[in-house]
Amino acid sequence: MPLLDVKDLRTCFHTRDGVFRAVDGVSFSLERGETLGIVGESGSGKSVTCYSILGLIPQPPGRIEGGTAFFDGVDLLQCSPRQARSIRGKRISMIFQDPMTSLNPYLRVSDQLIEPLLIHERISRREALRRGLETLELVGIHDASKRIHDYPHEFSGGMRQRVMIAMALITKPELLIADEPTTALDVTVQAQILELIKAMQAELGMAVIFITHDLGVVSGLCDRVLVMYAGRIVESAGTRELFHGPRHPYTLGLQRSIPSLQPKGAELYTIPGLPPDPSAAIRGCAFAPRCEFAGEPCLLLDPALAEVAPGHLQSCIRVQAGEI
Amino acid sequence: MPGAILELRDVRTHFPVTAGFVRRRRVGTVKAVDGVTLTLARGEVLGLVGESGCGKSTLARTILQLIPATGGTVVLNGRNLSGLSTRELKAGRRDLQMIFQDPYASLNPRLTVFDALAEPLLVHKVCPPAEVGARVASLLRIVGLAPRFIRKYPHEFSGGQRQRIAIARALALEPKLIIADEPVSALDVSIQAQILNLLSRLRREMNLSLMFIAHDLSVVKHISDRIAVMYLGRIVELGGALDVIDRPQHPYTRALVSAIPTPDPAVERHRQRIVLPGDPPSPLNPPAGCSFHTRCPHAREQCRAAVPPLVPFAGREVACIRLGEF
Repeated sequence: MPLLDVKDLRTCFHTRDGVFRAVDGVSFSLERGETLGIVGESGSGKSVTCYSILGLIPQPPGRIEGGTAFFDGVDLLQCSPRQARSIRGKRISMIFQDPMTSLNPYLRVSDQLIEPLLIHERISRREALRRGLETLELVGIHDASKRIHDYPHEFSGGMRQRVMIAMALITKPELLIADEPTTALDVTVQAQILELIKAMQAELGMAVIFITHDLGVVSGLCDRVLVMYAGRIVESAGTRELFHGPRHPYTLGLQRSIPSLQPKGAELYTIPGLPPDPSAAIRGCAFAPRCEFAGEPCLLLDPALAEVAPGHLQSCIRVQAGEI
Repeated sequence: MPGAILELRDVRTHFPVTAGFVRRRRVGTVKAVDGVTLTLARGEVLGLVGESGCGKSTLARTILQLIPATGGTVVLNGRNLSGLSTRELKAGRRDLQMIFQDPYASLNPRLTVFDALAEPLLVHKVCPPAEVGARVASLLRIVGLAPRFIRKYPHEFSGGQRQRIAIARALALEPKLIIADEPVSALDVSIQAQILNLLSRLRREMNLSLMFIAHDLSVVKHISDRIAVMYLGRIVELGGALDVIDRPQHPYTRALVSAIPTPDPAVERHRQRIVLPGDPPSPLNPPAGCSFHTRCPHAREQCRAAVPPLVPFAGREVACIRLGEF
């Protein structure tokens, strides 16, 4: 049984300007210890997918309209708030993009760090602090015993992200969701944090969902990758298959527009146009208006994920028909 | 240097750090830019890379005279910009324009596209007021936007379109040099490619010189002729783009290059990454000697003694005393 099994998740936001379909029928599953990357551009629904699973979507304006998300046999979308709280922060943890806004500036790092332990485990404060210290050392903060009582502003960006990771790992979760954890950091610090997440995963044997827009980060870290566009998964494959033989025209376009994969100075491929307006109803394939291969049926038929090679799913109907 | 559009000689920008509320006193100096010497040829694209806090944006603002330099000279098109009067500077700025990182913040939300693009034309009296409309429309066409957008406000555009408007505004005065400070880092990959193509095309067609500041080395390598790598206010390596990125010599450049994740799993799984320990030191209290020695895997005792000068090595300039030893 997979650790996490999401089926046909639909989340939308009701605003004055209409209904925004942020996630529109997303299904995927994740095994224990596996690393899954979710890539897509801003607004593709990658973060909303994970926020929905964790019950972090403010309702209203958000609404989860359908689907199931089974985590170890419990449907996270249907279970009681009490049950959700017993899983969230204990068995599933999350790291956010911006370590400055996700740490409370008024509280000492020690208080924030041990909060999950005090909530989820029957443990004394002294014991919790000891575990906190241990975790801080594990994530590579020197002089942890001196720094544990500092405030977040006394740490640098990379160090704050380490504190966030320590906070997420302190309960030894089975699943870690990392939402763009390195986007706000410099490349040298990004390298440190990616190495740290890899090492922690090996140490604790947890599964990781890694949300990012950077295909480079995905390639070294993930076992499998989902590509999202306009609230749907358009392609899902093992990392190697996806990078060496992308099948969906959108994935192909993304790959061709990355400077580091092209000869220096060459004109970069650009995907024409803009992502669709999420409040407008989409008929057919959401990518069709920007797709160089699109034909008449693409605008009419709703695409569905289908296997084009073992373990390689994609949703382009022309690829499925063997036309491209 | 003949044919140089911009010459920086030993440019220094220091900020005083003060403490105390009633009696303010100076407690230190942040040396944001500390002795930068550079030349930029006509039609050349120079990439400037480094981590946050290394002084790349301060250097850009110093060149534009938005922040006064503490020392050194900035010579644009044969004319020393430091020490010009406000009026002379206004004329000098016609040749020098800037594109900022965040197109959401750099456009005034209350001005239409027309207002934003007409303002520099009117301030500098580039053309008679009657022709402004036509000029604005042609600027929009150059950056790939339809002139029918002319009465729209910034919030009606996407990030990529806004960055095009910012580029059109920078082009309005037909500058000789544009400084672009992280112009694509706020954009998605597919939009980023459009803006990079646009900048390359403008540079080719208008013989623009471009100083391209970014932290994404693959983007910088793609667009630049030469690359300067900065660390704590100083240039540590300066040379041809392919030399610097594909065959880096300074230990810092090597670490920086090895830290970029490549979108190719086959390469990514097998490579050795040089992970630098710690964070860059505070520019308020920089280490003595080579400022990189605290994180450098090759540092020796003598690295603490003196600031290493930029010396020619392997077809570029590098500031390291142990070159060729590792």
